[in-house]
Amino acid sequence: MGWDPVLKFGSTMKFRSRYPISFAAPALVLYGVFFILPSLGGIIYAFTDWSSYSDEVNFVGLKNFVKIFTPGEHYLGYFSNTFLFTIITIIIKTVVGLALALLLNEGVKKFVNLYRVMIYVPVVLPMLVVGLMFRSILNPATGLFNTFLRAIGLDVIAMSWLVDPHIALYSIMFVDSWKGVGYIMVILLAGLQTIPKDYYEAAKVDGANGWWRFWFITLPLLMPALSIVTVLNMLYGLRIFDIIYATTNGGPGYATEVLQTGIFKAFSQGQYGLGTALSSILFVILLIAGYGVIRLLEPKPVQQ
Amino acid sequence: MAHRRTFRSIAAHLLAIIASLIAIIPVYLICVNALKSSAQSSSMGIEFPNELHLENFATVIEQGRLTTSFLNSMLYASSASIIATLFAAMAAFVLSRQRTRFNRFIYLFLIMGIALPINFFTLTKIMQITHLINTKPGIIILYATLQLPFAIFLIYGFVESIPRELDEAATMDGCGPVSIFFSVIMPLLTPVLVTTGILSFLNTWNDFIMPLYYLNSSANWPMTLAVYNFFGQYKQSWNLVSADILLTILPVLIIYLAGQRFILSGMTSGAVKG
Repeated sequence: MGWDPVLKFGSTMKFRSRYPISFAAPALVLYGVFFILPSLGGIIYAFTDWSSYSDEVNFVGLKNFVKIFTPGEHYLGYFSNTFLFTIITIIIKTVVGLALALLLNEGVKKFVNLYRVMIYVPVVLPMLVVGLMFRSILNPATGLFNTFLRAIGLDVIAMSWLVDPHIALYSIMFVDSWKGVGYIMVILLAGLQTIPKDYYEAAKVDGANGWWRFWFITLPLLMPALSIVTVLNMLYGLRIFDIIYATTNGGPGYATEVLQTGIFKAFSQGQYGLGTALSSILFVILLIAGYGVIRLLEPKPVQQ
Repeated sequence: MAHRRTFRSIAAHLLAIIASLIAIIPVYLICVNALKSSAQSSSMGIEFPNELHLENFATVIEQGRLTTSFLNSMLYASSASIIATLFAAMAAFVLSRQRTRFNRFIYLFLIMGIALPINFFTLTKIMQITHLINTKPGIIILYATLQLPFAIFLIYGFVESIPRELDEAATMDGCGPVSIFFSVIMPLLTPVLVTTGILSFLNTWNDFIMPLYYLNSSANWPMTLAVYNFFGQYKQSWNLVSADILLTILPVLIIYLAGQRFILSGMTSGAVKG
């Protein structure tokens, strides 16, 4: 593009200005203004009585946090539900995802891509739509799931999936795992495909059976992919909102209320100070978790 | 031995078929029930429609005002994905090429957004101050921002695979940074830009949280929020709800099937490197 003023400077200068940092400015501005600024500003507002009822905002010290951590209030339940949801969905998705990945990597030789494409379909569907579909499928009286259970004689376990407060959260975990497992399978499948085939050949020659090969070759070599899957599931689980909003909206009672649905309720009720305190706690948890992710996503020259 | 192998292979295919069916049954349910009468669809059964009710689609398009919502969703998803992909590519290019300590920090700072939650309360304040709340440009800017961290992460890794010699040759030819980026680098980034574009499009199309917080006028609603609202009004008519859902997920399924190669490569690129 003709004459470039940059060329007039010395060689280091030339090198630097070939990649001007101003190219990152648009991304930094949007990210800084609409993402980081609200999060950091939110931490300040967490110590105020900010609400929709009054124009005045006063510092109230730790009042919001004290309220959140008071055992009598239901906020502690939001935390325990969020953590329970996160841990159990990590386990289900990892175990089922790994089983499916192994099935496609070693079990079937043909149509691998076809199966992969079909099992991945739920991942691309909107969560809201998935929630609505399962409201119908898990309907205690008319839903397809209970109809199926009754048809094969399992009337006993045909339950009020999303209505019974004792099992509603677990039903949502099941729906969420159904939606997310394809993603986990695809990552683990890609991980499996990087393991050299001759490792297995060598182990076979040494007389190692299938289980031993899985335990001593597959699992250790799949560790990087497994840890990434775990962390991604954790970040996802801690921020879970839409599937709960679309299926039970936190009910019955507070049985399926998680942090993000609680935050949305605080927002709708105008309790901004309290909500932003909840939001800031979540921010700090995820900041720590996010640091772990960055360490994992970094390509490392030597795996310890 | 040969028999055992055949048996194992059949069992494996059977399991894979069952898993595939479980994954796609809900979509099948939506498809068949969208064509039924209100009475037949009340239980959302798996049986075929007794008679085809194609008029369900006309009803929902009219009652649910889907034309507006469809155009809104298209506008939000395509603008946000173009903005996010362009800004992310520009940032990833210089950050990946120029590895100073400062740039490294900026990169980590940006991709940290993959993990962080949004503070909806203070974001509302910023949307009010910038006069973007309840506006179409506002929601597009928010969506573009949300896609940036992952897009930068994906493109950053890809930039490494493009030889630096190309930049040097372009500089010799008298190209400045802008023309190096747009005429040399961008064309070579095409595969990852398509991946980023598709993923951003789908994420935005599928989202309903942002409009829930930041769009109060139904004239600005995207498809997802329109479906949810429609469901509230027509809970008893699963045929109409199904038709509405089908129209919402059809673009998603078409894009997925057409671009699955790009989607799957994007979703795995982070893990395989590890």
